[in-house]
Formats: sequence, structure tokens, C-alpha cells
Amino acid sequence: MKEISIDPITRLEGHGKIQIFLNEEGNVANAYLQIPELRGFERFCVGRKGEDLPQITPRICGVCPVAHHMASTKALDAAFHVDPPLAAKKLRELLYSGYYIYDHTLHFYFLASPDFVVGPTAPAAERNILGVISKVGLDIAKEVIKHRAYGQKITAMIGGKATHPVCGLPGGMSKPITEEERQQIESMAESSVKFAQFTLQVFNDVVLKNKNYVDLILSDAYKLRTYYMGTVDENNKVNLYDGKLRIVDPEGKEFAKWAPADYLNNIEEHVEEWTYVKLPYLKKIGWKGLVDGPDSGIYRVAPLGRLNAADGMATPLAQEEYKRMYETLGGKPVHATLATHWARLVELLYAAERCLELSRDKDVTSTNIRNKPGQPGEGVGIVEAPRGSLIHHYVLDEEGLAKKVNLIVATVNNAPAICMSIRDAAKGVIKNGVVNDGLLNMVEMAFRAYDPCFGCATHYAVGQMPMEVKIYDHNKKLLTTVRR
Amino acid sequence: MSGQKLKFAFYWAASCGGCEVAVLDVDEKILDVVAIADIVFWPVAIDIKYKDVEAMPDKSIDVCFFNGAVRNEEQEHLAKLLRQKSKVLVAFGSCAHQGGIPGLANVADRKEIFATVYLENPSTANPKGVVPQTRSKVPEGELKLPEFYDTVRCLDQVVDVDYYLPGCPPTAKRIAGAVEAIAKGALPPKGTVLGPEKSVCDECPRKKEDKKINKIYRVYEIVPDTERCLLEQGIICLGPATRGGCDAQCINANMPCTGCGGPCPKATEQGAAMLSALASILGVEEEKEQDFDPQKLIDQVKDPLGTFYRYSIPSSILRRRVMK
Repeated sequence: MKEISIDPITRLEGHGKIQIFLNEEGNVANAYLQIPELRGFERFCVGRKGEDLPQITPRICGVCPVAHHMASTKALDAAFHVDPPLAAKKLRELLYSGYYIYDHTLHFYFLASPDFVVGPTAPAAERNILGVISKVGLDIAKEVIKHRAYGQKITAMIGGKATHPVCGLPGGMSKPITEEERQQIESMAESSVKFAQFTLQVFNDVVLKNKNYVDLILSDAYKLRTYYMGTVDENNKVNLYDGKLRIVDPEGKEFAKWAPADYLNNIEEHVEEWTYVKLPYLKKIGWKGLVDGPDSGIYRVAPLGRLNAADGMATPLAQEEYKRMYETLGGKPVHATLATHWARLVELLYAAERCLELSRDKDVTSTNIRNKPGQPGEGVGIVEAPRGSLIHHYVLDEEGLAKKVNLIVATVNNAPAICMSIRDAAKGVIKNGVVNDGLLNMVEMAFRAYDPCFGCATHYAVGQMPMEVKIYDHNKKLLTTVRR
Repeated sequence: MSGQKLKFAFYWAASCGGCEVAVLDVDEKILDVVAIADIVFWPVAIDIKYKDVEAMPDKSIDVCFFNGAVRNEEQEHLAKLLRQKSKVLVAFGSCAHQGGIPGLANVADRKEIFATVYLENPSTANPKGVVPQTRSKVPEGELKLPEFYDTVRCLDQVVDVDYYLPGCPPTAKRIAGAVEAIAKGALPPKGTVLGPEKSVCDECPRKKEDKKINKIYRVYEIVPDTERCLLEQGIICLGPATRGGCDAQCINANMPCTGCGGPCPKATEQGAAMLSALASILGVEEEKEQDFDPQKLIDQVKDPLGTFYRYSIPSSILRRRVMK
């Protein structure tokens, strides 16, 4: 059997490789997405001070550090039994909305758009942000750079630093913002709303008006019928910072809705020996292998998952775009993986609108932003990272040092679906032994839609299997010994 | 460097991607960078694969910015490969410089980490104890994964390094400064840390009153005065033991420095330097009392390893936990 490697896969966050096996006819027998890198956070966070975790865990991912910082800080609120003042919550969400402007802009223009603006099968050397710049011109490029930077500036203003902020404390925030800073944020948010609308127009003109791209988006090779999950507010609208987790089935019907502390009753993870990443599934349905449909527990998160799992957007302009997307693509839920790019831009508009709303709220300059923490204990914090629901779960000892840390990171939720998507894309585009760079890039496009962060996904830092593994039950009784 | 464009490469090993974002944080200056240099390898942004790098002539890359620690076989291979292909190799960011946050994993070995993640984890259902393998059989053939090492190393523990750019991540200002020096051919002597010759304390705008302390506070226990030195208010701040160049960003957010800039110029051991700085102001009066018990002072410092060596275990004299 012939093998093809794509190593490393590119234009994503983190490490990955794709291994494709062809049968004798030159068609794809199977394709595997392998995650070769790991680090070890769940082990080495143990023994650290609880309050240091919002600064240590963001180093899981420097592209989405703010998501880790927020999930971690919220887990500490719960673990220290303290509810932050309303002004602190609004300040956190303002920071978080600003961060989303940066992150979704980065993904669409720098990582995803080369496939559409330059073209999926364009020469590899041109298929990047520089290729995009030479197509769209320097003026637009400067707008992109400016708004990505705005997102970073808002984060840094509130968080101290954009990459790896330091502001989150159990019970609140480390510093308030001034009226002058608020005004600056307001004006950056105003500009970002227009930029998000412009970006949706770009998507409309470049992608939706090109029949080849629309056919590609709607083709079976890029479609999975799965469950979907995302955080919603009390009206079942998408919320990125806080709320309940809602899961819908492949028909779009509500399957479950739960509070963060309940995650262990809803999600479970499966282990395969050919990849370091774990494969989560809905506990109530179970692991049925890498298959889709209502009988398989595989679910999807991130922009398309969130929009599918919710009833709409909480801001007016984003709600209009939400409606337009579903009307165009034939109703809810949308199973077309590549539509995730569109959903991401609907969220970009939502984040900019929400950032503007909050920047005009007088509470965000309040200095009442800290409540006193209680005794340390156990807590779960969940936010919607750009790449999906992000779960931090800590058990602290009586001195506030971490005893147990569990993390189910955004991209990990999508890992089973990503494996299936690249397999199906490989089967769809590689026929009769014809393989070239352009076709292999079309396989990579299947993972790129998810905006995966394998930096995040590899936080566990596990490695090669040791020569001998002893398995104990909860009473430390040796159950079995596995040797290589 | 008249006429011909430089060739730059960027790579990430055991890191978080924050260093790639830091490069983009130079904002519109990135257009100046691509005006003077072709980027020949950068997995986050361009479609150049490992085989393409292997095919490049030796020393054909002018400068390689390598971020991340070395945690596994693949990263070691890439470190050696990029060293061979590059004229100048820069250890970029805390992880390549000192081991960084991933270096905290040297409190454990792979066996312990393995047990935590796959066998004892509360959300993992793994009754058969299945674990990833460096080689595994699937119906269509064999799949390979890189070997994961017991110990995390910083870049200069694996290959020869020319320069260090500290910070987690390095600030846009420092990155732009380094690129400018490269463009002008004005690089300092080999081995130089590309940062200012001063500490974070030297850059900190807060007032110091030469005050002694007898109690240490955790950051959530008090709301510190924003004008006064954090250390003199009893919050452990690594400013005195950390190289500056960051404009004291964390301190300006009313949070202490945690040491990402690495040791001060001429100091080799950041953790030891901080311990010494703390010892010189903590419990100085109490030490004069007859029934003085030093343990009472020491016990106030929770998690000393994560406090004094947060970014530097692999490069410190401690290096890793001794496993019995």
C-alpha cells in the first residue's frame, strides 16, 4: 500500500501530520491526522498556587491565551467560592470581546483566506498572507493589520499584556480602566464593527459569488452529520464568556443543556494509540468510533458548532447575518464543515458589536472590581474559546495549592470530527493515484476550517509509552501491568 | 546587506504559539520585515514542509528564530536540522532561552505525566489502559509518533545558539530591534542576550522606600497600593532578579513580575538571585530575636519552585526533579 505524508500540516496553531494510505487502485483506503507533540500541563500545574494558574495555563496556547486566562480565572471564582462584582464581569467580557476581534481576524485573513483568495490549488509559495496581500492590495492589508492590532490593544489595556494577560484574580480583576482608556476602546470597537461588516462582504464577494467554492463548501467530502455544542445565554443566544452549555442533535433538536460544574456527566474522552490527542464524545451516547450520525457521540464545537447549538445572536447586526447564513445554506443545522469560515465571521461581527456595547456601559470604569475570596476548594470554569468550549477544572488544597487539574481544551472537542473530515476530504479529492500539492492542500483545508489549535490540544504533554505501565484502581490496588 | 534579500526562518518546538503572535505584533512593521527578507519556513503561516527544509543547502538560511523548548524527538531533529541550515540561530522567547513554562514539566517524568493524563484523569474512559505508542499498527499499515523525552531542555542544551531574545513572549519592540540589528549587520558578539542591561526593577515606575517586610501576601489576599513597590508590600515580585526590556507591563497591571525575562545581566541563576533578594528584606528584624525560627519565614513562601523558577527550571542548576 502506498503512503503519503503531509508533514507538518501548515497554517494552523501547533503541530500535526496527515498520513494517507492508498489502495492498489490509487484511491484512499484511509487517512489519519496524528498529533505528534505534547507538553504536560495537567501534571505540572499540580503543586502550583491556584492564583498562578490563570498565568501558567495560557502558555498552553499563545494564540488563545485570553481564553485560557478567563476559563482559569472563572474556575478560581468557583474554587474560592466568590462571585466577582458585576463591573468586574463586564470588564472581563469587554476584554474577551476585544480578544475575539483579534483572534477571528487572525484566523480568517492569515490562515484561512489564502485558500480562497489565492486559491486552493495555487502554488504553495503564494498560498499565504503575503499572497493575499498581493491580491487584495496594501490598503486592505493595512486595515487587516490595524484591526488585528486593535484587538490586541484592547486586551493589553485591560489585561496588562495581550499575549498572556495577568489581570484575572479569584473574585475579580487586578486593575480598573480609566475613562480615557474606555473612550479609546469605544472608538476601536466602532471601527471594528465596520471592519467586520467589510469582512463579511469580502467573504460574500470572494467565496459566495464563486460557484466552484460554493459547490466545494456544500460537497459531501466536506460534510459531517454530528451533534453540536456551545454556550448560550438565558435566551439561547450565543454567549462567548458565560452561560450554560447546550447540545443539539444532528437534526438540530436540543439534546442537553447543563451548567459548567456538570461537565463530567456530559463529556467523556477516548484514547487511541496512534495519536497523543484524546478523543471526546457525548457520554450519554458513547464512543462508537470515527463515525457520524445520531448514534455516534461525536459532537462539534467552535463557530459552526456554537451557531448550530444556539437560536441566534444577541446583537442586531450579527443576528441579521446569522439569519442570512442559514437561509442561504438551507436551514439549521448546517453540516458543511467549510461553512465554519462564514460562522466565524458572523461571530467576528458579534464580538465587535458586543465590545462596542460594553465599552459604552458606565460600569466598565468602576473601581469596584474585586470581592474577597473564600476558602479554597473545587471549581470548574468554562468559556467559549474561538475554537470551542474550553473547560478548566481544579481541585485546590486548604493552602490554595492545586491538587488536581483537568483540562478539556477547545480543539480537543473537535479532534474526532477533524480526523473524520480529513479522511473524507482525502477520499473525495484523491482518485486513481493522482496526488499533487494542490490536492493535498484541499485535504488540509478540511482541518483548517476548524481553526484547530493543536498547541492547545497537546497540553497534556504525554509521551512515548513507558516500558511498563501499572494500572491501579482508586484504592491504589494494582489491576494490571501493561508491557511493550 | 545591499541588494540581496535575507532569508529568515521561524520555527516552534515545545511552545504555545505566543512567539508567532509576538512576531505579528510588530503590526505594520511586518511589511518592512518582508521587504528586507524572504521567509523560507514558518509552519504557522506558510506552506513549506519539512522535506523542503531538508532540501535546502547548509547555511542557506541567514537567521532562524527558534522558539520553544525541546521536549521530544521531532523537536530535537528540527533543532539540529535548522542549526545546520542556518548561519545565525536565535533562541527566541523564554522556552528556547530557559525552558519556559513547558520546562515546569521537569517536576515529573513521562511515566508520571502519562498516568495523570491517560489513566487517572476524571473525564477519560480508558478501561483497557490504551496509551499512545511511537509505532502502532492500523489495518492499512503502521503509524509513527515521535518519542517523548523524560526531560525538557532549552535550545542551547541541544545545539549551539548564537543569540537569545528573552521574554514570554518577547515584546514587539525587542523583536523589531533585533531585526533592525540584523538588517544593518550590527549584531553584537555571539552569545549575547538581546535585551537591555538592566533589571525590571530599574524600569518599574513604583516608589521604593527601602522597607523591610515580615509577612508575605498572596496576590488575591490584598489590594496593593498602585504607587508603591509590590515587594515592599509583601507580594513576591521577581523584578529585582529579572532582566528588563518589558516596560514592567505586568507590574503596571498591578500584578507582580513572574520572571519571564530570565536572569539579570551577569547573574546566572535567576531563582537564587530572587531568593537572595527576598532574604535581604524578609524578617530582618525577627532574625535578631533570640527564639527566632527561620522555618516560620520560609513556610510563608508557597510553591517556591513555581515562584522562583517558573520559566527557568531546565536552564537552572536544579535542571529537574530527581526521580527515585
